[in-house]
Amino acid sequence: MSAYLTAMLAIIWREGLRFVHQRERFIAALVRPMVWLLVFAAGFRAALGLSITPPYQTYITYETYIVPGLCGMIILFNGMQSSLSLVYDREMGSMRLLLTSPLPRWWLLFAKLLGSSMISLVQVYVFLLIAGLFGIVMPTMGYVTVFPALLLAGLMLGGLGLFLSSLIKQLENFAGVMNFVIFPMFFLSSALYPLWKMAESSPILYQICAINPFTQAVELIRFALYTGFNAAAFGWSVLATVVFVGLAIWGYDPARGSKKKRGLL
Amino acid sequence: MNSALSISGLSHNYGARAALCDVHFDVEPGVFCALLGPNGAGKSTLYSRLTRLITGTPAKISIAGIDLETAPRKALARMGIVFQQSTLDLDLTAHQNLVYFAALHGIGGRDARLRIAAALERLDMAERAHEKVRALNGGHRRRTEIARALLHRPQVLLLDEATVGLDAAARSQITAHVHDLCAVDGITVLWATHLTDEISHNDQVVILHQGKVLANEQSKVIAGDTGLKEAFLSMTGEPIGAKT
Repeated sequence: MSAYLTAMLAIIWREGLRFVHQRERFIAALVRPMVWLLVFAAGFRAALGLSITPPYQTYITYETYIVPGLCGMIILFNGMQSSLSLVYDREMGSMRLLLTSPLPRWWLLFAKLLGSSMISLVQVYVFLLIAGLFGIVMPTMGYVTVFPALLLAGLMLGGLGLFLSSLIKQLENFAGVMNFVIFPMFFLSSALYPLWKMAESSPILYQICAINPFTQAVELIRFALYTGFNAAAFGWSVLATVVFVGLAIWGYDPARGSKKKRGLL
Repeated sequence: MNSALSISGLSHNYGARAALCDVHFDVEPGVFCALLGPNGAGKSTLYSRLTRLITGTPAKISIAGIDLETAPRKALARMGIVFQQSTLDLDLTAHQNLVYFAALHGIGGRDARLRIAAALERLDMAERAHEKVRALNGGHRRRTEIARALLHRPQVLLLDEATVGLDAAARSQITAHVHDLCAVDGITVLWATHLTDEISHNDQVVILHQGKVLANEQSKVIAGDTGLKEAFLSMTGEPIGAKT
């Protein structure tokens, strides 16, 4: 096995072990979307009428509508959680281990992203299973075709988290990420309401929602869950992934530490 | 003979503040070199530059004959590092920590298992290998880190204040282990410290103060008739009786 693959598998293995050790994180990751699905959606379904828009071919319940958005939410929170753990890693020093490996830094960071995306995928599939138990089921093939969409969303949002972690100097600043990244990204997207509904209330908000990469990821997941392919959402998601991962790798460039003493390492 | 570690013209600034000023010294293979300096002397910055955690003004640094600027990954592969702050994952066992590290150096499978067993044995840690790091005391954690730093068979071992926070017994055990690594295995060691009692008479000593090298001699030469501690304190202008 090549050195590259050995390192990648070990990084993914460590992410997995870490996840297993943090049971409360797993439970919190599932409780959050389940509350939205079972409580919020129940109250909201009466207030929000949904028309038939692709990929749906018939009237759907509001619970069904928000499932892809909640999948995105799990990935978004997990991406930010990984970012938080990276800041923690850096404060604790274990990030140094990764950065002083003789393998290329971009490869190691990419492996870390892949590891955190895998964790997201496990969480999403468990969520879909529980949603299924409550009667919210997708076409069987949809559970397969959604895999690459979830992986891409995982890399995109994990890349964003990784980039943010290179900017955040202290763990305490993480609350800012919640307020200024997670909430706006989630609420200014098509996760909870279709964009045409948003357009009716505010064209400006609609525009913001439309360019939000999280919207693109959610739409990609939504179509993929119904075995469809949304080319525009895919294109934008790929572009956002490349930009975020590129910024993350730049964020961990050692030369950035030369100008001033940063909290970077 | 080629130096195992060679540094020349190394300066580093944080904004207007100079952390290192034209640092230069060589360490021959198999030598234990103590980098002695008070807190804030620039030791950690020097380690960050040597391990490429930060880069800056170009300098000539070579590790086991490999130029750090032009071939950083090759140079890192020849270097073992023990950071001042522990970098072990507390929720993993000592063994799992080593497996993870070996893989980061591209070593896996049977080869990794053999090396890990040998390294843990070497540091008398074999019996505790399957305990979670959280359950290990400070001395055992440090030994685990040293065992880990040896897995890829580095020619140069860098330790940044590796005995910080340890009791006197653990401190002297670790110091003895590392001196052994030089004497028996021929590994070159750069040992940052501010404690003169960790240094033997025949060790090379580089005294770093305010980012500058004040002395680079064998310990007994610097010590002269007064002793290393007194010589160090008089050079750095610290009052006698300060923590050394």
